Amino acid sequence: MESGALIRADRPLDLEAVPERRPRRWPFSPWHFFLIPLALMMLMPLVWSVVTSLETSSEAQRFPPVLIPSALHFSNYVDAWNSLPFAHFFLNSFLYSLATVAGNLLFCSLAAYAFARLRFIGSNLLFVLLLVTLMVPFQVVLIPTFLIVRNLGLIDSVGGLIVPNLCGVFGIFLLRQFFQSLPVELEEAARIDGASRLGVFFKIVLPLSAPVLATLAIIQFMWSWNDFLWPLIIITTPEHSPLQLGLSMFQGTHVTQWNLLMAGTVMSQIPMLAVFLLAQRWFIQSIAYTGIKQ
Amino acid sequence: MADVSFQDVTKEFPGATVAVDRLTLDVPDGEFMILVGPSGCGKTTALRLVAGLETATSGAITIAGKNVTHLSPRDRDIAMVFQNYALYPHMTVYKNLAFGLRQRRTGRAEIERRVTEVSAMLGLDELLARRPAQLSGGQRQRVAMGRALVREPKAFLLDEPLSNLDAKLRVQMRAELKRLHQQMDITTIYVTHDQVEAMTLGDRLAVMRAGKLQQVGTPQDVYERPTNVFVAHFIGSPPMNLLKATVAAGRAQAGDLSIELPHVPEGPCIIGIRPDSLSLAQGEDAPAALDFDIEVIEPLGGELLAHGFVNGHLASPDTSDEMPLLAGASESRAEITAKLDGRLRLKAGARVRLAVRPGEVYAFDAATGDALR
Repeated sequence: MESGALIRADRPLDLEAVPERRPRRWPFSPWHFFLIPLALMMLMPLVWSVVTSLETSSEAQRFPPVLIPSALHFSNYVDAWNSLPFAHFFLNSFLYSLATVAGNLLFCSLAAYAFARLRFIGSNLLFVLLLVTLMVPFQVVLIPTFLIVRNLGLIDSVGGLIVPNLCGVFGIFLLRQFFQSLPVELEEAARIDGASRLGVFFKIVLPLSAPVLATLAIIQFMWSWNDFLWPLIIITTPEHSPLQLGLSMFQGTHVTQWNLLMAGTVMSQIPMLAVFLLAQRWFIQSIAYTGIKQ
Repeated sequence: MADVSFQDVTKEFPGATVAVDRLTLDVPDGEFMILVGPSGCGKTTALRLVAGLETATSGAITIAGKNVTHLSPRDRDIAMVFQNYALYPHMTVYKNLAFGLRQRRTGRAEIERRVTEVSAMLGLDELLARRPAQLSGGQRQRVAMGRALVREPKAFLLDEPLSNLDAKLRVQMRAELKRLHQQMDITTIYVTHDQVEAMTLGDRLAVMRAGKLQQVGTPQDVYERPTNVFVAHFIGSPPMNLLKATVAAGRAQAGDLSIELPHVPEGPCIIGIRPDSLSLAQGEDAPAALDFDIEVIEPLGGELLAHGFVNGHLASPDTSDEMPLLAGASESRAEITAKLDGRLRLKAGARVRLAVRPGEVYAFDAATGDALR
């Protein structure tokens, strides 16, 4: 949803340039009648959470919701930060996200390259089997995964979060499709030039795959950063909690401190936004990046 | 610097396609060898077998006397230029040129020296900092050549390197290729389906068809003494005219053309006449002459191509799916092409009498297509 908003945000620049060349009746496209309300709808929860994070506890609990608070209580952020070990949460979330991003980039790309280029007996069958696992919901493999991680002695540790998520089928699929679209002559030329299989992979294939690797990195980062269920299952102490699990501690059995919870939520979203803003150029490019190789 | 040889090499692809069928061919050190044939004849596969990009199903390939049949491309010390150049898009021209040397752990100073030398030779100095996307087609072609030259390989493999260039550039690069080969004297195998490249560039030609080698020889030799009707028809542009004929008493009769062919056994055969062996007949009773109804004239300046019909039956080289150019080719009318003096003022629709230059008629076995001499 952010992507939609961000792409739109580029538009006004375009529109200023366009009327000089070919005059239009309106300074906007008819699509905007549809897109702007949709964008507002998407933005609503975000705005609401930011507003709630600045309200007093009683304002936050009123219904209908108070959308214009009496005063801006920035102290909510300080209170939220101090009431729970947020530094730990952030650190754990970063470790979890960065490690799974690194793992996915390395392992998925190696597996995907094998599926894209190496011919071995049963390669197609194996690939189909991998794809089939995409259809199995996580809840089904939750318990077996838990048992494996417990046998590894990784319960209640960041390592336990990371290890099962180092390589994902989605990443293998995404990268395989991209690798297959690269001209095979480039790799043949490199092999003739003296590169080994791995040399071809690291020096030719990966540099040409930067956009799709960035896409995978963003998707995986988002996924790990927002993951709640798996941490909920294996993490038991606040010091080992990532953000999403930590935030749930604001929700008591009887009372939920909505203003503090929202303050924490807003803080937790900042890194996500930063990653997206930094990488959106790649993200969009990779979607529009087919068949322009040579 | 090395000779390349194929010994009884066969390559089968899954699905029982035989791309190369028992190919035996020797390319001596320093020779410019052209592999030529229609598309799908196995010439590119043969080249890829030398490069190591494909592995032979049976037979052996040697480079400089060393059996390389099962070696990986990097261990064969050959360089290849691809049809689409396959320049590394994320590297500058300099890095493209240096890549092969760096893979082989060549010293930095040596890389610098060789890249500079090759780029000077090919006129790439100005372009070293650019990326392939910023180059024109001709420049990319030159970089691709440079990338192969800089390695100083044992053999040079080129897969239709000029086919992506426009006509003018192609002529220019063709001359440049020839000059480079004369200068470097590296064993070169060059794959093309282009007549002119095949005739002009090579020391020798190897004509292939359906995976099988048809004939090997100098361009002149192949042109003048084709071993079979396929080679005769394939080499030469416009292609040789082929007519069904019957030989009796040392004379071949094809439509109203009657020519002396003393060495050809009696019975049906195919006779071939190159378009430039035809000329306007002098006088009514010229020997070996036939009536020719002109349909289309293509002036080429000094010469002209006249397409039209004669009495007789067209014979097939049993090769391509080319259809007769003109409508109205019936059983007893055969379409032929004549290359005539461009100063002649001929009109479409006219009937002229053509004479066949004596001694320039080829005869082929009607069943096997082999040349009869």
